Amino acid sequence: MVVGVLAFQGDFAEHIAVLHSLHVPALEVRSLEDLAKVDALILPGGESTVISKFLEESGVGKEIRRRALTPLPPLPARTERVRSGGPRGEGEKGKLILYGTCAGAILLSKKGTGKNCPRTLGLIDVTIDRNAYGSQAESFEAKLSVKGLKDKIDTAFIRAPKITKIGREVEVLSSHEGVPVLVRQGNILIGTFHPEVRGNTKIHELFLKMTTE
Amino acid sequence: MLKGGVIMDVVTAKQAKIAEAAGASAVMALERVPSDIRAQGGVARMSDPQLIKDIQKAVSIPVMAKIRIGHTMEARILEALGVDFIDESEVLTPADPFDHVQKSGFNIPFVCGATTLGEAFRRIAEGACMIRTKGEAGTGNVIEAVRHLKLIRGQIAGLKSMSLAQLKSFAKQERVPLELVQDVRKAQRLPVVTFVAGGIATPADAALLMELGAEGVFVGSGIFKSRDPKRMARAIVQATTHYKDPKKVMEVSTGLGAAMVGLEIANLQTKMQERGV
Repeated sequence: MVVGVLAFQGDFAEHIAVLHSLHVPALEVRSLEDLAKVDALILPGGESTVISKFLEESGVGKEIRRRALTPLPPLPARTERVRSGGPRGEGEKGKLILYGTCAGAILLSKKGTGKNCPRTLGLIDVTIDRNAYGSQAESFEAKLSVKGLKDKIDTAFIRAPKITKIGREVEVLSSHEGVPVLVRQGNILIGTFHPEVRGNTKIHELFLKMTTE
Repeated sequence: MLKGGVIMDVVTAKQAKIAEAAGASAVMALERVPSDIRAQGGVARMSDPQLIKDIQKAVSIPVMAKIRIGHTMEARILEALGVDFIDESEVLTPADPFDHVQKSGFNIPFVCGATTLGEAFRRIAEGACMIRTKGEAGTGNVIEAVRHLKLIRGQIAGLKSMSLAQLKSFAKQERVPLELVQDVRKAQRLPVVTFVAGGIATPADAALLMELGAEGVFVGSGIFKSRDPKRMARAIVQATTHYKDPKKVMEVSTGLGAAMVGLEIANLQTKMQERGV
């Protein structure tokens, strides 16, 4: 299994480092050709306006959407792909497994609100408010309990977005002061904080587990 | 999260919008771009807060603004304005001949310029959260930014072969905490994000510096002093992301029109990089 990290802008290098520390093959994704090689994809933090532009221009956004929604192709085609060294081992019904942090969380959400919020890919039933916590100075750190993890983890919220509404299908895995900060719906996980900044691997392990379900 | 992005100098809200639309990951609000400061002379100071407010209103990406080196009160004003980053910058006329701002006393992150590892260490020890090369601003000449990035990276690599006694003497000579030097020796990178600035004028310049290990790019005069700022801005953003793909950099460089007029470093009257080391 290969995990891609969307590398248009943002802290993709930190995510790659976390994946490497877990001995997972990781690939920077900047094009459709790169995307074709991965079974799961992390959308990192960065500026959502910037990343969204790249997603649109390159066609990568459209392809992420298609693969996130499309179940595995019929058996012959799949065998062919496996033989040619293409993607395999995709999780739930063969859909692309996705994890978005911060800006990446905005981009995966159904609806983004707030000033100049870019168009989102609309893959998880969440409404999210961009930069709801204010400017850089309002950034903060927090220790969070996460469903499925034994110990609390250290996280950083940097110009973070805020999840303001979630659909019925969405499961809350962690909250901070009553606001959901890590949620999952099927093959998609989003978090408004940065676990990678502190080199914490737990959320990534949770994400990797999704690929084997 | 600015990494992997391009931060663009803007002097009006209109320019800020152009920068945001082109894919800038932040804008730097200032009164005059470095090449104009160079050409017009006089004392260059922090911008009028009204200009910064207008720019904050116009865009949703982070807004940075510059203060003169050591001018703690200009920093307090920007803090009161709620800018996202303060750049204590050699591009403005220095205010304090002895000290930089004690940045740890602020709740706004600071970015500072550096030409060498020692200088970067001093700024980090004062509380800077981001380092950029100084380069030579307003020249459209990339040689100094390349020099500073290579020097800093080379000196970090050089720490590996130093004995404890040598590390101690380096820390003493550079007037920086030994612990910081030891941490960087071990991690083989600065503990803060490292961008490049000063003289970047083309998509190829930006890609060159990314290739050399920069984590992002500041472009000052290079965009709004070029013939077609919108296209130049977009092209530099693309080149910064796709620096590993020369074909892509070639495509965005094609038919861009004239870049800003460049200056030879040897003919400069003022070397901004020598301010506040």
